[in-house]
Amino acid sequence: MSKFSKKKSGELPAVSTASLPDIVFMLLFFFMTVTVMKDSSLKVMNNLPSASEVKKLEKKDRVIYIFVGKPTPEYTKVFGTEPKIQLNDKFAKPSEVGDFILMERAKKSQDLQNVLTTALKVDRDANMGLISDIKQELRKVNALKVNYTTSTGDAFANLQ
Amino acid sequence: MSRRGKAPEVDSGSMADIAFLLLIFFLVTTTIETDAGLDRMLPPIEPPETDVIIKQKNIFQVNINKNGQLLADDDLIDIKDLREKAMAFLDNNGDGSCSFCKGKRNSDSSDNPTKAIISLKNDRETKYGTYITVQNELVGAYNDLRDREAQRLFGRAFTDMEAEYLNPETDADMKDELKEKVKRIQGLFPQKLSEAETSSN
Repeated sequence: MSKFSKKKSGELPAVSTASLPDIVFMLLFFFMTVTVMKDSSLKVMNNLPSASEVKKLEKKDRVIYIFVGKPTPEYTKVFGTEPKIQLNDKFAKPSEVGDFILMERAKKSQDLQNVLTTALKVDRDANMGLISDIKQELRKVNALKVNYTTSTGDAFANLQ
Repeated sequence: MSRRGKAPEVDSGSMADIAFLLLIFFLVTTTIETDAGLDRMLPPIEPPETDVIIKQKNIFQVNINKNGQLLADDDLIDIKDLREKAMAFLDNNGDGSCSFCKGKRNSDSSDNPTKAIISLKNDRETKYGTYITVQNELVGAYNDLRDREAQRLFGRAFTDMEAEYLNPETDADMKDELKEKVKRIQGLFPQKLSEAETSSN
């Protein structure tokens, strides 16, 4: 008889938290594997224009980034407010773009060198003159595949 | 000696706290973003060996000035009307050789979609945002026409098929099937967008 009465007595057992670390570790490993650390910090304003007919840029290892825009407030004293090109971590002149592309291309493995895309991350207030110079440089080094990186949205929002 | 038993176990109660700390760090630093944008091919720098003579009526001239105003085929137009105008030009079918076109067959406009060329010219002072909007509308005009044909032939939007074709997760069999369809539609309306060098004044 005591067998039965024993069961009913006492409070509800507490939920075991022994497996909590395991769950947290699982999440931790997920985020550790998907994290991509930023390798260059932006020194230019980068308010991308929006467009609706976009294509996704797959495979990050095949992309070379070029940033263009006005220097951020902390750099305006030294570099002024005219839009500038940022390659990796430093400001550059349009004439340096070609060398940069060739250098980046040499870093990639042989089979990727012919399928590289240049992603132009350009601030919406930049002038086309600078972009044309970059395009001319890209043509010189035969990096013809470009992607004008935009955010997805209504294209007419750029006009304001 | 009473102390000679087992070594005391390390308390693992704080393990969860440590793991949480790391978890929160990675949560904060993670950016799961895929960039998207307009894909374009630049023209090679060497000029083609043979000079191709293109009839004036097969060129749709789009000019953007420094104030963001748009000149399309010598008319000052609003950017909102550009897509429609470009579509009318591409779909015109002037010589009647295009069986699927629904254009007006205007003799002053393009002969057929494979001959039609859109030429984009901009000023050095043009804002990048405006340029992207124009690019977007021109690519949109092609996409709309391609969608129409894809819908007619395969019952599915072209942009949809292309996105699936380019997605690395799509399996190989599906890709081969899609490749054929995508190539066929691209052949119907080949994207001929030429960009002249910018003018400085």
